[in-house]
Amino acid sequence: MTVPQDLRYSKEHEWVRLDGDTATIGITHFAQEQLGDVVFVELPEKGATIRQFASLGVVESVKAASDIYSPISGEVVERNVKVIEKPELVNSAPYGDGWMLRVKLADKGELQKLLSADDYRSHIGETPGSGGD
Amino acid sequence: MSVETLRRTPLYDRHVALGGKMVPFAGYEMPIQYSGIVGEHRAVRGAAGLFDLSHMGEFFFEGANAGAALDRMVSSDIAGLEVGQARYGLLTNERGTIVDDVIVYRVAPQRYMVVVNAANIAKDAKHMRAHLPGDVRFDDKSFDTALIAIQGPRAAAILSRVAKLNVDDIAPFGVASTTVAGAKATVARTGYTGEDGFEVFVENNAAPGVWDQLLAAGKDEGILPIGLGARDTLRLESRFSLYGNEIDETTSPIEAGLGWTCKLDKDFVGRDVIAQAKEAGPSRRIAGLVVEGGVARHGMPVTSEGTAVGHVTSGTFGPTVQKNIALAYVPASLSKVGSRLAVRIREKDVPATVVKTPFYKRSEK
Repeated sequence: MTVPQDLRYSKEHEWVRLDGDTATIGITHFAQEQLGDVVFVELPEKGATIRQFASLGVVESVKAASDIYSPISGEVVERNVKVIEKPELVNSAPYGDGWMLRVKLADKGELQKLLSADDYRSHIGETPGSGGD
Repeated sequence: MSVETLRRTPLYDRHVALGGKMVPFAGYEMPIQYSGIVGEHRAVRGAAGLFDLSHMGEFFFEGANAGAALDRMVSSDIAGLEVGQARYGLLTNERGTIVDDVIVYRVAPQRYMVVVNAANIAKDAKHMRAHLPGDVRFDDKSFDTALIAIQGPRAAAILSRVAKLNVDDIAPFGVASTTVAGAKATVARTGYTGEDGFEVFVENNAAPGVWDQLLAAGKDEGILPIGLGARDTLRLESRFSLYGNEIDETTSPIEAGLGWTCKLDKDFVGRDVIAQAKEAGPSRRIAGLVVEGGVARHGMPVTSEGTAVGHVTSGTFGPTVQKNIALAYVPASLSKVGSRLAVRIREKDVPATVVKTPFYKRSEK
């Protein structure tokens, strides 16, 4: 599943899964493929405030470091300790065990500024509707 | 002003067909990776990997005085090379700094091949011509020569299936002329990965056939094509210097930890300056670092108690050692094993410890 239908996406290749007032954040399959083998993930601590489209952390592949931009604003309620210990989860399960943060949303309206799965597919050059296998 | 066009090696089409991600490197379009850097790295440590190094330069020197002339240009003992032997050394200048690092191969009694870094081909050719006596013939065959390296514990077995000689007759740092995949080839037991392995020099038009046959011969053992990304992680774990990172024309062999390549009881360009530097002791040295919490990269400051004291020359995650490793210039007084330093990564001082190098050494059989 390269672009799951039920998520919202940023142009910077992060995804958001909404669950009531909280959202889970990660990076997309496309992003991890571009990065290559992820070897280090740096994430904010619980309680930190993150702002939509501002840098929230860093993923490092063997080749280079890349910023992760927050797709939404809010307060970090949990960070994925497993992905810090095993950064390769970002490659093997970007929408599953490779998630990064759970965030208490500051403003649900911000979700309108994100892309739907179909729009994200066009953004990365895939034909809308061709994903989701 | 003109836009410089990138060169392609004779294996360009192979790289594209194998899914290589092509990037500009030293004036060439080269594969940075195929299947992934970590997997490629592990293939070389565990089985075998195939590298296109055709971008590298090959110079030939011929004449009764060729060996003596090279002995005066290269820091190591070239005069002592027997036919069929190769040696690592440095091209040094009058200031006692490093023009390039090279391997010199004595391929015939009066014929030597010198392999130089791709980015330095023009510079080295000029430098060497300027230091060459008139009776030695110089021939730059860089653009006519392809170089394919096969490296890893299975390299000898795989190569022996397509080479017309017993590869075990070539000792480490040995070189021989033979036939590989039907093509006239020079085969050397040299490399840049820390594993056993061979470098196969052929004419450009023979390269695709040699490449295909080696890949096919190693298929069952898991041979993979290897890009520049894994080439860098492999050499860094083995603490091999990279020109432009650890060494350049501002660095002395002594501070770079390459004093062992300098035969100071012979005359060579820059010898006196290097001997003095050794006598005085360097003020800074290359240290191996293990970084705890981030990947150090080329150029990042190294700090001690909050003050910048040096800089990272190369850094990566080491897939075999499973640690974030780096090489850095630090003050000699802080370069001892166990010394606690930090690398400034994104404005934060991340703890780093000086460790013994190489970070990885293969177990001898």
